[in-house]
Amino acid sequence: MFSPWISPQNPFDAAALDLNAAFKPPAWLDGGDRAFLLGSDNQGRDILSTIMHGARISLGIGLASVAFAMVLGVTLGLLAGYVGGRLDAFIMRVADVQLSFPAILIALLIDGVARVALGGERHEEIVIPVLVLSIGFAGWVQYARTVRGSTMVEREKEYVQAARVIGRRPLAIMAAHVLPNVIGPVLVIATIHIATAIITEATLSFLGVGVPATQPSLGTLIRVGNEFLYSGEWWITVFPGVALVVLVISVNLLGDWLRDALNPKLR
Amino acid sequence: MILEVRGLSVQFPSRRGILTAVDDVSFSIAPGEVLGVVGESGAGKSMTGLAVIRLLEPPGRISAGEVRLEGRRIDNLRHEEMRRIRGRKIGVIFQDPLTSLNPLYTIGEQIEETILTHLPLSKSQAREHALSLLREVGIPAPEARYSNYPHHFSGGMRQRVVIALALAAEPRLLIADEPTTALDVSIQAQIIALLKRLAAERGAAVMLITHDMGVIAETAQRVAVMYAGRIVELGPVRDVIHSPRHPYTVGLMGSIPKLGVKQDRLLQIEGAMPRLTAIPQGCAFNPRCPRRFDRCLTDRPELLAAGASRAACWLHASP
Amino acid sequence: MHLLSVDSVSRDFDVSSPWLNRVLEREPRRILRAVDHVSFEISKGETLALVGESGCGKSTVARLIAGLYAPTEGHIAFSGRRLQMIFQDPYASLNPRWRVRKIIAEPMLFLEEQKPVEQFLLQVGLSADDAERYPHEFSGGQRQRISIARALAGEPDLLICDEPTSALDVSVQAQILNLMADLQDRLGLTYLFISHNLAVVSLIADRVGVMYLGRIVELAPASRLFSSPRHPYTRMLLDAVPDLAMSGKSRTPVAGEVPNPLAPPSGCSFHPRCRYATARCQVEVPRFSDGVACHAVEEGRLPT
Repeated sequence: MFSPWISPQNPFDAAALDLNAAFKPPAWLDGGDRAFLLGSDNQGRDILSTIMHGARISLGIGLASVAFAMVLGVTLGLLAGYVGGRLDAFIMRVADVQLSFPAILIALLIDGVARVALGGERHEEIVIPVLVLSIGFAGWVQYARTVRGSTMVEREKEYVQAARVIGRRPLAIMAAHVLPNVIGPVLVIATIHIATAIITEATLSFLGVGVPATQPSLGTLIRVGNEFLYSGEWWITVFPGVALVVLVISVNLLGDWLRDALNPKLR
Repeated sequence: MILEVRGLSVQFPSRRGILTAVDDVSFSIAPGEVLGVVGESGAGKSMTGLAVIRLLEPPGRISAGEVRLEGRRIDNLRHEEMRRIRGRKIGVIFQDPLTSLNPLYTIGEQIEETILTHLPLSKSQAREHALSLLREVGIPAPEARYSNYPHHFSGGMRQRVVIALALAAEPRLLIADEPTTALDVSIQAQIIALLKRLAAERGAAVMLITHDMGVIAETAQRVAVMYAGRIVELGPVRDVIHSPRHPYTVGLMGSIPKLGVKQDRLLQIEGAMPRLTAIPQGCAFNPRCPRRFDRCLTDRPELLAAGASRAACWLHASP
Repeated sequence: MHLLSVDSVSRDFDVSSPWLNRVLEREPRRILRAVDHVSFEISKGETLALVGESGCGKSTVARLIAGLYAPTEGHIAFSGRRLQMIFQDPYASLNPRWRVRKIIAEPMLFLEEQKPVEQFLLQVGLSADDAERYPHEFSGGQRQRISIARALAGEPDLLICDEPTSALDVSVQAQILNLMADLQDRLGLTYLFISHNLAVVSLIADRVGVMYLGRIVELAPASRLFSSPRHPYTRMLLDAVPDLAMSGKSRTPVAGEVPNPLAPPSGCSFHPRCRYATARCQVEVPRFSDGVACHAVEEGRLPT
């Protein structure tokens, strides 16, 4: 998050780049340079700096797409579970259909559609929001199903009926009574989902349909570096890869801790 | 005596230290006798029943006392041995008839299996025996219903099947924990009549655990009233109901609405039963007792003779 | 002018299997008639109780009046302004995530004047400090007091009580029943009281309706109903109540159980269990007149 301030170099400031410094191996190897702790890439960018910037983009896309999936899924799940009937049947059939496709395929599809619709130039400008939407849209089903199930249980409970007798409107009941009582499992799913979303984004970027090399995420870095793997410059791709693994594990551990911290019964 | 319980205590460790759920409970049941055990939730009545049959959920455990079945100590038997006795000598009926039966087997198979496990009978004899049991508990057309699954039966009929199953190995002791609570009044009356008849005919001892004084009045000869893990009054049902000796029993009887008695208000015991973590010093009932005096705050009363009954109350201490 | 009048109200529930299964297995639609042409009135300040065994439709009637279900047929006319409801399960009827203050204040959202929550807590025998606590910090009886406080906060003209003491221990039940009686005296409340417990009903009700398989079979002032019940089902129910006085009266437990409501018996739905049933009872639904729906009563065949 703080990479713009703490990274040794701004890798996207063309003025600071020096092509003479390209392909430097990590500092502790022969020919290494102290200024490039983990080496540099084909354009003379410091790997450590690109990783820091990339991790920030990856994490940002992960968080934003999970937030989007959560809002969409929870809303639809609440409506389906509380209103029931045809609306429920419709939402859940759509969810079933979507669930039978792998998430990555759906993200690819949405991204592809956006690319065609907006043309190459404009697509580049809004690529990150498009990624967020497509990864998020691929993930809403899980939230909707969980929330629908618990909503159907909660809506039959007497405190919800009491609120109906009092005369509160359905939307108010859903927001004030049902939502706080069904959100627990959703937060648990979300913490796991952030890691999945980061990997989905990395996969998309690795496949070349994700963020462009001008604002590389970890996935883009791995793809770009992959080209140099066989010519001996392994550090360009390996370090971003390690960073991705570390990031995913940290997010999962953070999620575990958060879940325990939020559970009043364990406190 | 078929069942004799002496000084039985049940404890379980918790975050707030060791809790005593059943505290120094003693009673006995004679052949053909129905002993009612009555109390409100948390009084320890079900826990007492579970301790007798050694089905306490860990970490709960018997911490003191002894349980004798037909003179033989059973509280210190090993699990394997106890399991055999439980099937052979003790029948158990729980509140929810649906969970007491295996939904995947027909009722005939379930009863037959129990018989074959415990009695030296051939397969065809076992079937005959099972049919006669079903007839005895009042299942109409038992031959036709023999190969039905539990879900084919209504709640009342299911409880009859559970009773037949509990009787299958001809047990000497029957423990019935809230056997009528899940049933409607008209069915409840049928099951009460059945239990009463079976105890008398078979000469088994019945421990009837319930919160419903009405069921006790209809079925039992003697009753033990429990409060906060202890028996506070023990005596013939008629005496306990008509002239209760412990102030808690007085309050309990007064708080039951009665048909055909015109009353504007019920007698009310203030407060609530203490939690196991906060059982008061002295008599556990003293904070709610209208008749407490100094001694009740410091000394815990044992069961003392009071009329035809015994009550754990200092009001009955001889001067 | 009655506070509430229920006029020939019925309610059906569709209990069919899902559409696809129905088509594949050639099953017909299955309709459960939970409430069948029920009529009664409640006047201001009285307590009407509905009793019956499980599945008789008494709770559905309560929910119809509370507006939780819409009637399939018939009319419900309520001339008061507001009604409130108290439920059976004290563990499910309060939102576990809300503080007591918010729970009790909720019905006041719709009132012009906001009274202090503490006033209602004190009214039901709780303390003012309890407002800041959560439901799980209370016992079952105390939670039911909170439910009552919430209902009172809505300033109801009619209070619907659906088995309000069935989940409670007897000593706690006594406290709640006494509280309800006190509140009625002080505030002039009107109760519709749903219960399966005849002894509780005899204590609290002014008039009693006995329900069987969705119909009211007898409706009478409590004193009359309990001293001289007329319908054979009412007699059976009263006879089945365990005799606490141990008078040693002989009882003949009635045979049989409540039939499957999906396929109720023809004619008078009680006829398979009724020892006074005749051929007429098997085909003709008895008309409700003079407080009872029974051919035998109408024909004067019943022993008194």
